Amino acid sequence: MSAFAALFRRDLALAWRARGDLVNPLGFFVIVVSLFPLGMSPDPALLARIGPGLVWVAALLAVLLSLENLFRSDRDDGALEQLLVSSAPLPLLALARVLAHVITVGVPLVLVSPLLALMLNIDGEPFGVLLSSLALGVPVLCMVGAIGAALTTGIARGGVLVALIVLPLYIPVLVFGAGAAYAAGLGLPFAGQLAILGALLALSVALAPFAIAGALRISGSQ
Amino acid sequence: MWAYLERLWHRLGSPRHFYDLAGWWLPWLAVSSLLLLGVGITWGLLFAPPDYQQGHSFRIIYIHVPAASLALTGYFAMAVAGVVVLVWRMKMAEVVLQSIAVPGAVMCALALFTGALWGKPTWGTYWFWDARITSMLILLFLYLGVMALGSAIASPVLAARATAVLAIVGAVNIPIIKYSVEWWNTLHQPATFKLTEKPAMAPEMYWPLLVCALGFYLFFAFVVVLRVRNAVLEREAGARWVRELAGEGR
Amino acid sequence: MVFANLDELLHMGGHGPYVWVSYGVSVVALAWLLVAPLLRRRALLRDIARRARRDANRNPQED
Repeated sequence: MSAFAALFRRDLALAWRARGDLVNPLGFFVIVVSLFPLGMSPDPALLARIGPGLVWVAALLAVLLSLENLFRSDRDDGALEQLLVSSAPLPLLALARVLAHVITVGVPLVLVSPLLALMLNIDGEPFGVLLSSLALGVPVLCMVGAIGAALTTGIARGGVLVALIVLPLYIPVLVFGAGAAYAAGLGLPFAGQLAILGALLALSVALAPFAIAGALRISGSQ
Repeated sequence: MWAYLERLWHRLGSPRHFYDLAGWWLPWLAVSSLLLLGVGITWGLLFAPPDYQQGHSFRIIYIHVPAASLALTGYFAMAVAGVVVLVWRMKMAEVVLQSIAVPGAVMCALALFTGALWGKPTWGTYWFWDARITSMLILLFLYLGVMALGSAIASPVLAARATAVLAIVGAVNIPIIKYSVEWWNTLHQPATFKLTEKPAMAPEMYWPLLVCALGFYLFFAFVVVLRVRNAVLEREAGARWVRELAGEGR
Repeated sequence: MVFANLDELLHMGGHGPYVWVSYGVSVVALAWLLVAPLLRRRALLRDIARRARRDANRNPQED
C-alpha cells in the first residue's frame, strides 16, 4: 500500500512540475466544442439538442490525446522497469498511475465542462445530468484508455494506434454518457444510464489494472 | 485415449508437428470447403425459391449470414487463443491468434457490404444506424485495432502477447458494446423502420443456408491453417527442417 | 431452377445488380483470402532457400 501511495504522490508531483502540459487537453476540449457551432449552426435549440453528444465526444478525444504520454516518459527514463521489478503488485501500481492521471487530466476536464454546456445552451436538468455523466464516465475513459496506452508504450509513433485500439472500446461509455443527458433533455428517465455508468466505472477499476499490468509487462520487455 | 489426447496436444504445441499435421488436414479442408461453397451458392442462387416479400434480393442471405456469424466467432476464437497465449505461453496459440485477424476482418467487412446491398432493395437505404449493423461496424473497428497493433510490434512473440491482451479486452467488451448499442437504438429509433427476421424460414431456403454456412466455416479454417503454416515457416526460418523443406523446392 | 432463362437470372426481378454485386465482391474477397497465403508461402520458401544457400556458401566447413 505504501508503494501505491508513493507512486501516486510521485505522479502528482511530476504532473505539477509540468503543469503547462496539463492545460493542453483542456484547450483542445474547449476548441473542439466551439468548432461545432461554427461548423453547423449557432441555433440555440439545435445546440441544446446535440450539445451533450458534442461535449462527450470532445471530452473523449481530449482524454485520448492525453493518453500518449501516460507511460511513455516512465519508459524513457527507466521508471517503468523499476515498477516491473518492484515487489509491490503491478496492478496496484498501475491503478495508482491511472488514478493520478484521472486527477490531473480527468477532473479538470469535468470542471471545465459546465462552461461548455452553458455555451451550448444546455441548462436545467440536462445540465446536471451531463456533468454527473462526465464525472462518472471520464474516469472510465482513463482506465480503459490506459490499457491501450500500456500496449503501445514501446512503439514509436503509437498515437494513431492508441486511437484505433481504444476508440471502439469507448463506445459504451459514450452511448450511456451522452444518452443520459439526451434522455434528460427529452424528459425521459435517465437514472438507469447513470447507474450503468457507475457500474462501468466499478468494472473498469476492478479489471483494467490487471490488463494494464499485463500490457506493461509485454511493453517492458521490448 | 487420454494419453493419445495428451500426445496430440503436445504435438499441436510444437511448430514442426503442427506444420506437418496441418499439412495433412489441408487437402480435406480444401476439398470439403470448396465443394460445400459451390453446392450451397449454386443452390441458393439458382434453385431456392424467391422470398414472397423480398423477392430475389433475399439470396444475399447465403453470404451475409455466414460471414456475419464467422466474424463474431473469429473474434471470440482470437480471444480464446489469447487466453492460451497468456496463460500457457503456447507458441502455436500465438500463431493462430494472429492468423485469424485478417480473415475475420474480411468476413466482417463482407457482412457489412452485403448487408448494405441487401438493405437497398429491402428498406430503400444502403445504410441505417440499426443496432445490429452498428455492432458489426464496431466489431470491424475492433478487428482493425488488433491488426494494427499486431503489425506495429516487430517481435512476433511480443506482438502476439500484446494482441492477446487486446483481443481479450475486446471480447469482454463485446457484450457491453452490444447492450449499449441496443439501448442507444431504442432511444433514437424512428418508428417507421423495423428490422426483424421472420420467425421461420421455409426448409428449401434453410438448407442451402446451412450448406453455405458450413462451407464458409470450413473455408475460414482452411485459410487460417494456410496462414498458420506460413507464420510457422517465417518464425522457424532458421531451423534445419524449414531449410530442408525450402531446399527441396516446394 | 427457378429462373426460366439467362435474362431472368441476371435480372432477378429488378434485384439482380444487388445480388450479383454481393456475390461478385464476396467471390473476389474469398479468392483473395485463398491466394494471398499461397503466394506468401511461395515467396517465403524462396527466401528461406536463398538464405540457406548463402549461409552454406559463406562457411562450408560447418555443413
